[in-house]
Amino acid sequence: MGHSGGATVADAARFLPAGDSGLVVEFGDAIDRAVSARVVRAAAAVEALAPEGVVAVTATFRSLLVRYDPRATCSARLVKAIGALPLDSGTGAATRRVWRLPTVYGGEGGPDLDAVAAEIDAATADVVRLHAGETYHVYMLGFLPGFAYMGDVAPPLRLPRLATPRVRLPAGSVAVALQMTAVYPFASPGGWRLLGWTPARLFDPAASSPALLAPGDGVRFDPVDRAEGDRIAAAVAEGAFTPEWTEEAAA
Amino acid sequence: MTARLRIITPGLQTTVQDAGRVGVQGLGVPASGVLDPPAMRLANALVGNAPDCAVLEMRLTGLAFKVEGAAVRIAVTGAEADVTVQVEGAAPRVFAAWRAVAAPEGALVTISAPRDSAIATVAVSGGIDTPPLWGSRATLLRAGFGGFEGRALRAGDVLPVGPSAEAPLLAAPRPPRDARPARLRVVLGPQADRFTPAARAALVSAPYRVTQDADRMGVRFEGPELTHADSHDIVSDAVLPGSIQAPGSRQPILLLADCQTTGGYPKIATVISADLPRAARLTPGQAARFEIVSVEAGEAAARAADAALAAAVAALAPVVEGAIFDEAALHRENLISGVVGCTE
Repeated sequence: MGHSGGATVADAARFLPAGDSGLVVEFGDAIDRAVSARVVRAAAAVEALAPEGVVAVTATFRSLLVRYDPRATCSARLVKAIGALPLDSGTGAATRRVWRLPTVYGGEGGPDLDAVAAEIDAATADVVRLHAGETYHVYMLGFLPGFAYMGDVAPPLRLPRLATPRVRLPAGSVAVALQMTAVYPFASPGGWRLLGWTPARLFDPAASSPALLAPGDGVRFDPVDRAEGDRIAAAVAEGAFTPEWTEEAAA
Repeated sequence: MTARLRIITPGLQTTVQDAGRVGVQGLGVPASGVLDPPAMRLANALVGNAPDCAVLEMRLTGLAFKVEGAAVRIAVTGAEADVTVQVEGAAPRVFAAWRAVAAPEGALVTISAPRDSAIATVAVSGGIDTPPLWGSRATLLRAGFGGFEGRALRAGDVLPVGPSAEAPLLAAPRPPRDARPARLRVVLGPQADRFTPAARAALVSAPYRVTQDADRMGVRFEGPELTHADSHDIVSDAVLPGSIQAPGSRQPILLLADCQTTGGYPKIATVISADLPRAARLTPGQAARFEIVSVEAGEAAARAADAALAAAVAALAPVVEGAIFDEAALHRENLISGVVGCTE
């Protein structure tokens, strides 16, 4: 891959301390796909470099958190090693996986669908078309194990979180808030608006790769009817279903 | 034969914990693990375990269990507590924390609530032997996995204990009591610039008091206001145990072991790892004073704490049995003072 004039991570990032065992490598302060792509590549590069003493790397919308053991290394050494990495190197930059998540819109699993339609003055079918019509980009995982922040939601569908979050919503809930959409991998409290549910399992502690989605992946929601959703849910329970994915050019 | 612990009184929130699952935070998985890692290491050493064997962490209340299958050694650390061992046909015996106690098969072990601390750590020879998940037995309550069925203990639970060999009962010198208000050193950042200069001064101007909102995820403090320079919302980035974030309330929330991996509030500072166990021990109403140090000073403190703990473990000596004084009472009154701190 051609790098622009041998630019390094240090040229594009700010290094910020997170105590004595965390180092933030910040590439921007907004939600932006170019920044996100840079973060994903930098995370891969740091993981490939595997500097001594680094114990975990978390990619977010705009930064990396590098957790380290201060008994084995120090911030100054990591700033030097990570800063010297070529910018936008790392693997997986050319293509991405695009997952297809079967989704039952509305009904019991999507209790906010009608209210969202009313609020944006659209038909329920239009809300489904808007939500299912995008290929979303996974910006980061957070909040709960396997909870993927995906964007960007079509502008007409961008609504704030509920004024009063639900105390408990079911696992598999497909939800939106502002420009983000997500699937709740576990039953949890939550303030996002629920459009539907997917029988797909987003996080399986017993799997070798427990989180289905990773930053940089693409996701499409495929509308299915309730009977099909129930059939897939039964297959998931028997370990007989995993969502399909295709390899596509990176966003 | 290996032993089992039959839980009789589970306490408010007793969980199986160990060093946690550091390494999978990129999947959105909190690290979890004990809130007081030095206490775990010491408790394990006292009963002859490897440093990272899984232990029980008690919160605010005590715990009672019956020892089945085989005898074990028990040690409570991290706080003062009374350990009562009751064997049928004999008078109950009361022991102090910071030492190994022999609990024969069939014994009822009752541990009092931790004194002057929110938490205490209980090690059992052989270690708690629940199934590991990604190399860790730590309980993550929110996701319902790890530890014992992913939840806090209940009466009637039977915890498997790993095999262990005969070993002497060891005792540790008592660490000095935490100062009040507790001293918590912080490194400014990563978003100190999202706060006004006055807020950065306020953080260290006066003690902050622990509110009722304190658990394994974090501690909500109240004290001088931390005013944001602009908005209290940022585009989410990563958080870790030690992060001090301030939401719209302008009051600091210190994140602990079970905290989520990302967050959308600005973080003014991060408590250094050497002082984090002290923060986790604070009970509602107690106070802490933040003190700013450099990253380098924080890293040096981590190494010094580790060296002191290693020295303390190396210096553990067998319990002198048959002492005629009430050991528990002496410790309670702080008449026996240790020379080695367990956090520095």
